[in-house]
Amino acid sequence: MDRAATSEKIAALIEPFNKKGIAISDATSFAGDLEFDSLTVMDFVAAIEDEFDIIISMNQQAEIETYGQLVDAVVKLKG
Amino acid sequence: MTDLFSKFDPLIQMRTDLLSTGVTDPFGLVMEKVISPTVAMCNGRETILLGTYNYMGMTFDPDVIAAGKQALDDFGSGTTGSRVLNGTYAGHKAVEQALCDFYGMDHAMVFSTGYQANLGIISTIAGKGDYIILDIDSHASIWDGCKMGDAEVVPFKHNDIEAMEKRLKRIPEGAGILVVLEGVYSMLGDIAPLKEMIAIAKKYGAMVLVDEAHSMGFIGPNGRGVAEEQGVLDQVDFVIGTFSKSVGTVGGFCVSNHPKFEIMRLVCRPYVFTASLPPSVVATAATSVRKLMHAADKRAHLWENSRVLHGGLRERGFKLGTETPQSAIISVIMPDLERGAAMWEALLHEGLYVNLARPPATPAGMTLLRCSLCAAHSAEQVQTIIGMFERAGKKVGII
Ligand SMILES: Cc1ncc(COP(=O)(O)O)c(C=O)c1O
Repeated sequence: MDRAATSEKIAALIEPFNKKGIAISDATSFAGDLEFDSLTVMDFVAAIEDEFDIIISMNQQAEIETYGQLVDAVVKLKG
Repeated sequence: MTDLFSKFDPLIQMRTDLLSTGVTDPFGLVMEKVISPTVAMCNGRETILLGTYNYMGMTFDPDVIAAGKQALDDFGSGTTGSRVLNGTYAGHKAVEQALCDFYGMDHAMVFSTGYQANLGIISTIAGKGDYIILDIDSHASIWDGCKMGDAEVVPFKHNDIEAMEKRLKRIPEGAGILVVLEGVYSMLGDIAPLKEMIAIAKKYGAMVLVDEAHSMGFIGPNGRGVAEEQGVLDQVDFVIGTFSKSVGTVGGFCVSNHPKFEIMRLVCRPYVFTASLPPSVVATAATSVRKLMHAADKRAHLWENSRVLHGGLRERGFKLGTETPQSAIISVIMPDLERGAAMWEALLHEGLYVNLARPPATPAGMTLLRCSLCAAHSAEQVQTIIGMFERAGKKVGII
């Protein structure tokens, strides 16, 4: 799956968690812009993991602050 | 200069706001005198204790106290050294033997606290390239153990068997796996479906660590915990426990049947680089652990207390953390921190101490009044407690 297709899928998965309807770009940050708390992060990460059949460990999550970084990480994990 | 404390400003503000409502600081209580395992003097008032972890009421057991006094006389007040240097006395070996006998396991390693036991064992056995799969509601000491080590850390939704299996399934072939679970989760007092979870963990070749801090002494036919109760203790690779709850003193431990377990004493830094427990503490712990092997009557009374309190509070309209009483912890869910603190204070005025718990210790941002029962609470005390809850709950407008 290429980056654009991955990004599209992730964008769809974010929707139910994007309570304020923030416009998503690669620079959108999860903590700052989307105001994700730790519970939301857990549910959101589980949704991504299930969709792509991957593990995003807490260690990897610590490196991911923005939407763009998440897309890159998923692309890389999918190989 | 950047003030390194500025990161705490939101918390400082939250505390200031709470205290400005005139409520007593729920995190500043002092017990002036302790009368028994269930009664203390607080603010000059005799107060029933319903927020300790003294589940089996061992803190004033005459045999336990006598053992401690004797050890003070015979071995002095402290060891001034690490377990691997000058800090292992006869008493440390004796308490480790008592734990082996209590759990029916080959090896026991005693740490200075339960917090350090989790910190040390988890960070040491799960290394780079290994995976730790753990429940999201795990105790802080488990999380800190994960953070201190180099393994990949993968949490799953609380007590969700399917979520756990999905994660196990995705771990790369050949990686070492440690599954970390608790018997009783101390915030809501609910227990884990260990039987199902451990079977799945084993299917994926994982080693299993279970923290039984809140079950020792009264859950399971021999008080060995939830894993024993569910018939899967022989499948558990490492049991973590503490002396600070049912045992009634301080200290932590890990018991295991792993044939190479003893090497831990040399490689586990929170074991090596700290002073060992004082002789009086290990003597009280050993005596208490051995007495807990024969405590069937106390165990039965504690369960009775738990059932009566759970039923009584529920009947009076309180919202509880579990549908049924699953442990000695009954958690009362508060609508918010402000009313939780008000209720806590109203109970204290009634002469009852409970734990006020709030995020980040609690799951899902809840404010809880945690009641932990003691085998030494009398049936009358439990009725008194229910009456206090009813009056305080009405006063604060929670029921
Ligand atoms: C589940 C759990 N594990 C470990 C600990 C730590 O025990 P200790 O008080 O001995 O440090 C506690 C107690 O706070 C606990 O609740």
